[in-house]
Amino acid sequence: MAKHTIFQKPESLTDNITHYCPGCPHGIIHRMVAEVLDEYNMRERAVGVAPVGCSVLAYNYFNCDFLEAAHGRAPAFATGLKRVSPELIVFTYQGDGDLASIGFNELFHSANRGEKFTTIFVNNAIYGMTGGQMAPTTLPNQKTTTCPFGRDVEVVGYPVRVCEVLSQIKTPGYIARVSTKDPAHIVEAKNAIRKAFKYQDEGKCFSLVEVLSSCPTNWGMTPRDAIEWVGTDMEPYYPLGVFKEPE
Amino acid sequence: MSKVLMKGNEAIGEAAVQAGATRYFAYPITPQTEIAEYMSRRLPEVGGVFLQAESELGASNMIFGAASSGKRVFTSSSSPGIALMSEALSYITAAELPCVFINIMRNGPGLGGILPSQGDYFQATRGGGHGDYHLIVLAPSSVQEAVELMMLAFDLADKYRNPVMIVGDGLIGQMMEPVDFSVFKPSEPTDHSAWAATGAKDRKPNLVKTLYLDSNSAEVLNQKLDKKYKEINSKERLYETYNIDDDTEIVITAFGTTARVCKSAIDQLKEDGVKVGLFRPISLYPYPYPELEKIGASLKVKNILCIEMNLGQMLEDVRLSVHDSKPIHFYGRQGGIVPSPEEVVTEVKKLL
Repeated sequence: MAKHTIFQKPESLTDNITHYCPGCPHGIIHRMVAEVLDEYNMRERAVGVAPVGCSVLAYNYFNCDFLEAAHGRAPAFATGLKRVSPELIVFTYQGDGDLASIGFNELFHSANRGEKFTTIFVNNAIYGMTGGQMAPTTLPNQKTTTCPFGRDVEVVGYPVRVCEVLSQIKTPGYIARVSTKDPAHIVEAKNAIRKAFKYQDEGKCFSLVEVLSSCPTNWGMTPRDAIEWVGTDMEPYYPLGVFKEPE
Repeated sequence: MSKVLMKGNEAIGEAAVQAGATRYFAYPITPQTEIAEYMSRRLPEVGGVFLQAESELGASNMIFGAASSGKRVFTSSSSPGIALMSEALSYITAAELPCVFINIMRNGPGLGGILPSQGDYFQATRGGGHGDYHLIVLAPSSVQEAVELMMLAFDLADKYRNPVMIVGDGLIGQMMEPVDFSVFKPSEPTDHSAWAATGAKDRKPNLVKTLYLDSNSAEVLNQKLDKKYKEINSKERLYETYNIDDDTEIVITAFGTTARVCKSAIDQLKEDGVKVGLFRPISLYPYPYPELEKIGASLKVKNILCIEMNLGQMLEDVRLSVHDSKPIHFYGRQGGIVPSPEEVVTEVKKLL
């Protein structure tokens, strides 16, 4: 009986073993992005921009050119590179601190100017790398190391819904929110990531895919409980869907 | 090529175009906004890239991204904006990216004013950003010199894979003078494809990074940069002297527009038989320590007078040059006030 390969490591991923925590969705998201780069034959003209955060070392795991950005500045790096080398496929890969806190202005204006790069936004409602502090995306009453009594919306306001904010921008863009809570949603997530990169390839618009993810270590949960919490607690506040399409 | 009467800011922009730096990301700030306005008209003419960023934070980090391509890029700002760009300058230097930054200095600190100043000498040479990094810093004293130093800046940036900063006080940016663009012949841009982010086709991926969590490799990077700075210090010192000879008794040290004012004062003082000359550093980093040391060591030199539009910043490098072996005096104006030749004459006469 002939053998067929039904699953293999994408060429756009290296053989390096990742440093991510057990149960962290970064591994899944990296793989989805890498598979899309392979499918569209983009690896040799792709340049990723790594953030400051758990995925600061993303360049060790992707098999393409990479820049490593200052905290929050990835969209500015991407803007500069894509504007002078528009033939490249440029993507940023950012967490919620990098994108929604310190980097919000760079992100917003990149989207508003319609910069033709793709942003993968990993939202796990917390600051992972630095040990579990409150993020702009931390849910009401969620406990973190800098809101040990729970996020008090009277004091610090409500969590930021990035997709909703960006959906108000008049400039065409592809803005979508997806989830990693189970295999079916992961398949949907990859469809959105595929679309995002395709729009860039067509030179159409700015694209952003917000990926709801878990952080078992800093949420103080098992990986299984954490990925469930994405569905039970994060999805109600961060509804899935497509918020903007360029047509 | 004939001379053209141009505003300093615009001439600086044109010099960049002539050097092949047709990619510009910046944010408006007085007194250098004319650079951005000029580039927005001029770059489409040469198929270049112009983008007004959302802030200086944005602009300077766009420069990092754009410079990662290996292509010639530049930005411009003024003192408070350069403070915002300081983060990016540390990163850019650590990543060894070639690019040029222009600071048309205004008076500070804080929001300050929009008038000429030399108050960013420390910021430029001692670092507004963090860590052991150095920019090559060049200080023109005329629009013509600004044009030539701009073109040189791109050559130096390419040669050393280091950012170069041109510091002009507000006068350099605002005044109009005749300019000849043909005096300096810029080199062809260097091929940076060995390290640049151009897409990993038929090669291993290139990585433009500045994070070194392992202490050994972090030290290796610092030692590499140190070796580069030592080479820059030995090969790229630029300076000018005016009326300095073996009989000089008073040495004025000044840079930029202030030096020009001092030249006028020296012309007046010469007529009164005063043996005064000017030492004008053109490269603030690398600072011409050996050359000033030699002049200061001359037996006839009795006094050194440092004149700046600040509270005494280059003063420290003057003291370092001569090891405090001679009396060093300082005269400065702040608040955007430019000293007059008459004031300089008065200060020199106090030393007689």
